[in-house]
Amino acid sequence: MLKYIIPLIIFIIMAVFLAIGLHLNPSEIPSPLLNKPAPVFSAKQLDAPEKVLTPDELKGKVWLFNVWASWCVSCRQEHPVLNEFVKQQPITLIGLNYKDEPDAAKQWLADLGNPYTMSIMDNDGRIGIDWGVYGVPETFVIDKKGLVRHKHTGPVTMQAVQDELLPLILQLQAEP
Amino acid sequence: MRLLLLLSLLCSVSTVLAIDTLRFDNATQQAEYENITSELRCLVCQNQTIADSNAELAADLRKQVYEMLQQGRSQDEILRFMTDRYGDFVLYNPPFKTKTGVLWLGPIVFLIVGLASVGLVIRHKRKNKLEQTVASTDLAKIRQLLDEGEDV
Repeated sequence: MLKYIIPLIIFIIMAVFLAIGLHLNPSEIPSPLLNKPAPVFSAKQLDAPEKVLTPDELKGKVWLFNVWASWCVSCRQEHPVLNEFVKQQPITLIGLNYKDEPDAAKQWLADLGNPYTMSIMDNDGRIGIDWGVYGVPETFVIDKKGLVRHKHTGPVTMQAVQDELLPLILQLQAEP
Repeated sequence: MRLLLLLSLLCSVSTVLAIDTLRFDNATQQAEYENITSELRCLVCQNQTIADSNAELAADLRKQVYEMLQQGRSQDEILRFMTDRYGDFVLYNPPFKTKTGVLWLGPIVFLIVGLASVGLVIRHKRKNKLEQTVASTDLAKIRQLLDEGEDV
């Protein structure tokens, strides 16, 4: 009897592990930035290149940092969600225009709408490296103290907004 | 004429290659560069090192490594720069930590479990063999058969 039960148990254990493995997303790499200060940058603004933005200017606010580019296909899928999100909830949404042509980026915003409070330029991808960006789009949530509290890899969906981002933002806004 | 054409072709090839060539101060630096880039995982195509990968991010990270070496930063500093941003995942040879413990110890555990089960099976079989005592009637029959064999 044991002869048949042992292989069955081994099979069940393996099946459980494989089932878990199937539901993991291998492209989701945990960010080491979580609960650490947001990486510093001093970046030119897309609309006004003579002005720069630093994270210090955003201290005291909960803000979202969304990495996007006009060449990025998934960003096109994500864009309507961001438009809808800022319409529903007044949030500070900073866009990082990653390795893009400023003209193409501006045209993209003109065509599809501009949900961003402000977009900054990262032409050579340096800011992206500092933030550990490896797949556009990516979205970070930064709290009032300037700590990175959440990272969402891949396009933000309406479900991700409802389940992850919105509850977290409300919670962080309630923090002192 | 043909020779000239051929030569010009060869020349153009060498200039194309030169675009991607990095200049190193010395051989040690170049060795370090090769060492570091083959130690870092490309995060876009996860089974390639940044030395192997043609992904744009890999090219950017190679450039970053090159520039840091030019600035005289050590290998440890550069690897720390990468793990601060991308986590231990970026290393092909991750450090031993509680988080990576399963990764390092898993194969050893599997080996031990495997050896133990082989040992158990062998012991089980040997014990069965010893327990099989041959009945006396069978023994007589075996003798008889063997004797018949000799006659032939």
